[in-house]
Amino acid sequence: MTVLCLVEHESGVPIEASLRALTAARVLAAGPAPAADPALAGDAAQGGDAAQGGDAALAGDAALAGDAAQGGDAGLAGGPGLAAVVFGAGSLDAEVLGSYGVGVVHAVGPDPDPGYAPLAWARCLHSLMESVGAVAVVAAGTGRGAEVMAHLGAITGLPVAANCVSAEWDGIGVCRLVRQRWGGLLLEDAILEAPVALLTVAAEAVPPAPTPEPVPVEVRVVRPELDEADLAVMAAESAERASGASLATARVVVGGGRGVGGPEGFAPLEELAGLLGGVVGVSRVVTSEGWRPHTMQVGQTGTRITPEVYLACGISGAIQHMAGCSGAKHIIAVNKDPGAPMVSAADYAVIGDLHEVIPALVAALRERGLT
Amino acid sequence: MEIGVCVKRVPMVGGTIVLTPDGQEVDTRMSGFTISPHEECAVEEAVRITERLGGTVSVLTLGPAVAAEQLRDALALGAGRAVLLETDGAGWGPIATAAAIADEVRRRAEAGSGYDLLLLGNEAADTGDYQVGVRVAHLLGWPCVTGIKHIEFTEGGLRAGREYRGVSETFDLSLPAVVTVKEGINLPRYPSLPGRLRAKRAQIEVYPVSPAPEGLRTQGLRVPAATRQQARIIGTGVEAVPALVGLLDELGVLS
Repeated sequence: MTVLCLVEHESGVPIEASLRALTAARVLAAGPAPAADPALAGDAAQGGDAAQGGDAALAGDAALAGDAAQGGDAGLAGGPGLAAVVFGAGSLDAEVLGSYGVGVVHAVGPDPDPGYAPLAWARCLHSLMESVGAVAVVAAGTGRGAEVMAHLGAITGLPVAANCVSAEWDGIGVCRLVRQRWGGLLLEDAILEAPVALLTVAAEAVPPAPTPEPVPVEVRVVRPELDEADLAVMAAESAERASGASLATARVVVGGGRGVGGPEGFAPLEELAGLLGGVVGVSRVVTSEGWRPHTMQVGQTGTRITPEVYLACGISGAIQHMAGCSGAKHIIAVNKDPGAPMVSAADYAVIGDLHEVIPALVAALRERGLT
Repeated sequence: MEIGVCVKRVPMVGGTIVLTPDGQEVDTRMSGFTISPHEECAVEEAVRITERLGGTVSVLTLGPAVAAEQLRDALALGAGRAVLLETDGAGWGPIATAAAIADEVRRRAEAGSGYDLLLLGNEAADTGDYQVGVRVAHLLGWPCVTGIKHIEFTEGGLRAGREYRGVSETFDLSLPAVVTVKEGINLPRYPSLPGRLRAKRAQIEVYPVSPAPEGLRTQGLRVPAATRQQARIIGTGVEAVPALVGLLDELGVLS
């Protein structure tokens, strides 16, 4: 049984969110309980036949689907059942995908390389889904992954389960899954019943884990037949990548909230961030007040951060904010109010006024020779 | 420019989320209701566009009768018309929701004042399905793009911009189109007093809708197990600074 996983990459290197998606997809590629297996594999093969007939690649995949089913647990390592779909794959590092259990890479393009056109990507996924008789299609819960899967859901009329943290088979065409709600602050247990399971994997929730038994990767070039209409909405990308430390990837984030008091209050936080090689992030109230731009917002509707240390100063810790900073490895709260939710959510806390504590911290770090 | 904006009534959560004892939904007895920040920005963007180019903003929601509260909030901000697709209060999935919205769009077109643009938030705050806008676009055969933080109008269409992994992307769409937006596209205004009064008196168009079962079924909600220990208080005021420096050193961020 084949599970397709959309893999995004930058200059040929798969992005981490896609490796997480592959990690989750590998469980589905391993197949359901053995009793349910043969029937499902048979269905998959028939679906493929009907869709594309006689194609050499199809015969290969149908056979593989059967193999994987009979192999039972062998599928846990990924292998032929797990297939990646990669767009613009000219420079792709396929070996990395093999280490995540991908047996087949369907490399779309390079001629024609549609670039990022959400509908065209979904059409390609759909035609592959049918030709290989896929039982599931998985993507990372990134902006593009969510968008393409929504198109695929609309094209097929199938439901899409967004931001899953785990998924496993519970019979034929029935997937038992856990997905994020409220930006990850709640979990939903759900049943997805559909001929093909479509899901996205929460971008931060599943740790990327290579398989202990890497598999050899076969790369198959796919040349999509696309209508002009599929390419009508296409991204024109700027040549330049934004420079400077980014909130999403910073090792240290110094957060400021309502307690900062106004736009001028951020100077000590910015100085501290500079000393620690980090960046300043803010809570939603700061951007709604216009003290700082939205690009600096940490939260459910802002940026999700994953720093080593998040120093949250004068931030009460609303749900909206916690959804953005819960990925921090260590949270240190500085707050006057020991009862603030941020203080209980943090690993460490200093009870005090940030306007006194932060300048004193800056002075102490300068004394230590930090510049 | 005729613009439809779709919003969703969701519980207003502050510092904690409390679930009902059966774990089926968020306990809202102690909280109010609101719409997601993305949707607040969608309403604001629509109002700004019609202030510049003329036309009407219609705000749409699918929900129980009490969701009229969220429609009135949007009317107070400058929407001119409100449509309630009234349910019996049960949760709806994205497939049925999109179908009901598409029906309203078609009804409006048949009435001779069809929408040129449909705006939604990128995702709802509660369910986070990330798909209603795209599904509506497919049902209508309209072009669509999601996660947008900048809109400008061009000859016969619009140009939509967003940033993806540090690279800015722009998309050209013909009209009519569906665009989902993200917080940050604008800074929403506060409602004015005359706006509130107008909203209070405004008529809301109500169309009953009935749900259809979907393949994704919720079994229950739960709060994830706490991953952090109770916070360790390392000190009070400036006297905590030496311990704080020690902690930062221990965590390896002073090198």
